Amino acid sequence: MDVLVLARIQYAITTIFHFFFVPLSISMIFLVAIFETMYVWKKKKIYLDMSLYWGKIFLISFAIGVVTGILQEFQFGMNWSEYSRFMGDVFGAPLAVEALLAFFMESTFIGIWMFGRNKLPKWTIALSAWLVALGTSLSALWILAANSFMQEPVGFKVENGKAILTSFTALLTNPQLLVEYPHTIFGALATGGFVIGGISTYNLLKKRNIEFFKKSFNYAMVVACVAGFGLIFSGHTQAQHLMKSQPMKMAASEALWEDSGDPAAWTLIGGIDTDKKENKWEVNIPYLLSYLAYSEFDGSVEGLKTLQAKYEKLYGDNINYIPPVKTVFWSFRIMAGFGGLMVLLSLIGLWFANRGTITNQKWFLRSMTGAIVLPFIANTTGWIMTEIGRQPWTVFGYYTTAQSVSPNVSKGQLLFSTISFSSAYVILTIIMIMMVARIAKEGPDALLKEKLDTKVDLMDKEAFEK
Amino acid sequence: MSLEVLWFVLVAVLFIGFFFLEGFDFGVGMSTRLLARNKHEREQILTTIGPFWDANEVWLITAGGALFAAFPSWYATMFSGYYTLFVILLLALIIRGVGIEYSHHAKTDKTKNFWYWLFFIGSLVAPFSVGMLFTSLVRGMPIDAKMHLYGSFADFVNIYSLVGGLAVVLLSLVHGLTFIGLRTTGDIHERATSLLNKVYIVLFVGEVIFAVLTYFQTDLFDVRPVATPVLLGLTVVATVLGMLYANKGREGYAFTFSGLAVAFVVAMLFIGLFPRVMISSIDPAFNLTIHNAASGHYTLSVMTKVAFTLLPFVLGYQIWSYYVFRQRISPKK
Repeated sequence: MDVLVLARIQYAITTIFHFFFVPLSISMIFLVAIFETMYVWKKKKIYLDMSLYWGKIFLISFAIGVVTGILQEFQFGMNWSEYSRFMGDVFGAPLAVEALLAFFMESTFIGIWMFGRNKLPKWTIALSAWLVALGTSLSALWILAANSFMQEPVGFKVENGKAILTSFTALLTNPQLLVEYPHTIFGALATGGFVIGGISTYNLLKKRNIEFFKKSFNYAMVVACVAGFGLIFSGHTQAQHLMKSQPMKMAASEALWEDSGDPAAWTLIGGIDTDKKENKWEVNIPYLLSYLAYSEFDGSVEGLKTLQAKYEKLYGDNINYIPPVKTVFWSFRIMAGFGGLMVLLSLIGLWFANRGTITNQKWFLRSMTGAIVLPFIANTTGWIMTEIGRQPWTVFGYYTTAQSVSPNVSKGQLLFSTISFSSAYVILTIIMIMMVARIAKEGPDALLKEKLDTKVDLMDKEAFEK
Repeated sequence: MSLEVLWFVLVAVLFIGFFFLEGFDFGVGMSTRLLARNKHEREQILTTIGPFWDANEVWLITAGGALFAAFPSWYATMFSGYYTLFVILLLALIIRGVGIEYSHHAKTDKTKNFWYWLFFIGSLVAPFSVGMLFTSLVRGMPIDAKMHLYGSFADFVNIYSLVGGLAVVLLSLVHGLTFIGLRTTGDIHERATSLLNKVYIVLFVGEVIFAVLTYFQTDLFDVRPVATPVLLGLTVVATVLGMLYANKGREGYAFTFSGLAVAFVVAMLFIGLFPRVMISSIDPAFNLTIHNAASGHYTLSVMTKVAFTLLPFVLGYQIWSYYVFRQRISPKK
């Protein structure tokens, strides 16, 4: 394995792990902020318990999100120094604004929310939770602005071999960002919805704290359902945009080697042969690809071979512009399939919740607990499709992944960092899952007991009276 | 002032802010083993930084982001050139952050202790590696004409960088112990001061060695014949005053001066560096400067507007959070 392969493996591992925690944090604090607001409004203790209990899972997720996030920022300079040199003028600005606008906000108000309860009025705590939620969402906006530039470079010129920003507004109104951001946020919200939903059904099945988990389940399903439909619509607009901005990624996600007929059929599954550049067999659904690409039931889609010929003329003929087709094809199917399943489950969940018969549906309660993994896999495969589908480019049309890697980093150094980071991440993730599982099993009662045990909280007011 | 100069100053300010704020977090982390004797005391001193440490670390993330945005080549050369050191720093920051946060959720003393240990090790290794980074940076590194840094072991690990790493550890420890003095009551409060006196003496010796080595190992005295000795002198003065005030029980002043000592050292390094951002030991012509490493004018001007719009808010709510949690932490009964 050479340095480039190792650097890519490291990027994949660290980013996938990081994005395991990010969507969870974004959605958990959003739901916690809702519970805090309900507590201020209705003054019922159950909302406070809900905020504290689900807030615990948020904190556990957020802690790893923060430390793995620092690595994300440093990694560009460490492994991808030539990319950083080429892109710094454009890419650095949103990253710096992210830190200044979002990271300071979330990290400061998380402290207020965690420790300030006995010192500040209720509404201030609720407001702090909202500010943390706002911070996490803003953070996503800025990093996706940077990512969108890599998918669809806008508002810049190339000067002395470097990308130079010419319009900050263009960077923030990048059409790719406008479709990518909502899709990512809906994906995040669904994640929290399914985590709260699945832990709630687990406890409902065991008939523990029924009132608490029923209420939590209802909130989670509303969020998951809204997010699910949001995912479908934003995903559809994203696919249509992809047709215009990165047709190669679109063709790869459909394993479409030759130009399609008109109307274009959609391949549900197929046997892909990347060497012969053909599919040995396919199961097709007529009209569907035309609809996915154009929202109409006619129109043909260009195939990989046609696009390769086009790109050779545009960018030079010594590069294979076709991304790993199997990876992109199957990631897309897993993401979309699991997404669809999530919409279905949340609808059924809402139905039962509405009728008040949720506790009787044993099979459904069990499936919802299993469904906790769905959003995580869907989020991951969605990003695999987006990032692998952009290959061989880091900045589409301008800079390749092979050009981007640091020339002065050795194989040994990369092996050392990849092994140490991945082992640290694996251990942390296992511990995190164990912690969440323990919290899920203990339920909110343990939380109340904890509060009684530490009657003199170090930050309590009485602790200061001598 | 050109935008390049302004952004060099801003980067320096962000790093000074990081060393000042995260410095006492590091010191508190070290104190969990060097000062605290049992789990109650550990919890007590961790509570002093509980609401703040994360925002303090964001100063480093923002400094990194500002480097990337304003001086892409500085960011690229430094982060790829100092590869192994950054891996160690990152691992330290990871175990530290997880350590302090997960200790809240631990159920048994054994697991709690495990997280405390991670926090301690991270709090020790992180300042040491950042200290090594900045001191070897001003000493000069083998940077070639293409701005690539191919360093040998001795470029990273040498007497100056080792003393530099140790100096940052000691400064952080002093700053952290002073912070504990400011933020606690009870037994630990008294012991913090007595430990502080011992560490201060080591720090004095360290500062003198550091000053002498700076003279022989770097060109900072030639480049800044006034600023370098003055700032080194001010560091020593701040240290003396910090110690005096700590012994008088005037903790507010003691903390101000232990913080100023940190700030003076970092300021000295950045002033000595200017207008260079990375020094090439191969040929001065290969130096990275604020001109050849900077972003274009447009990006810098947009960034300036954004930064000056946001900074008042950021500083405002950070100060407010320190105000909210201003009360001293008493020992657990």
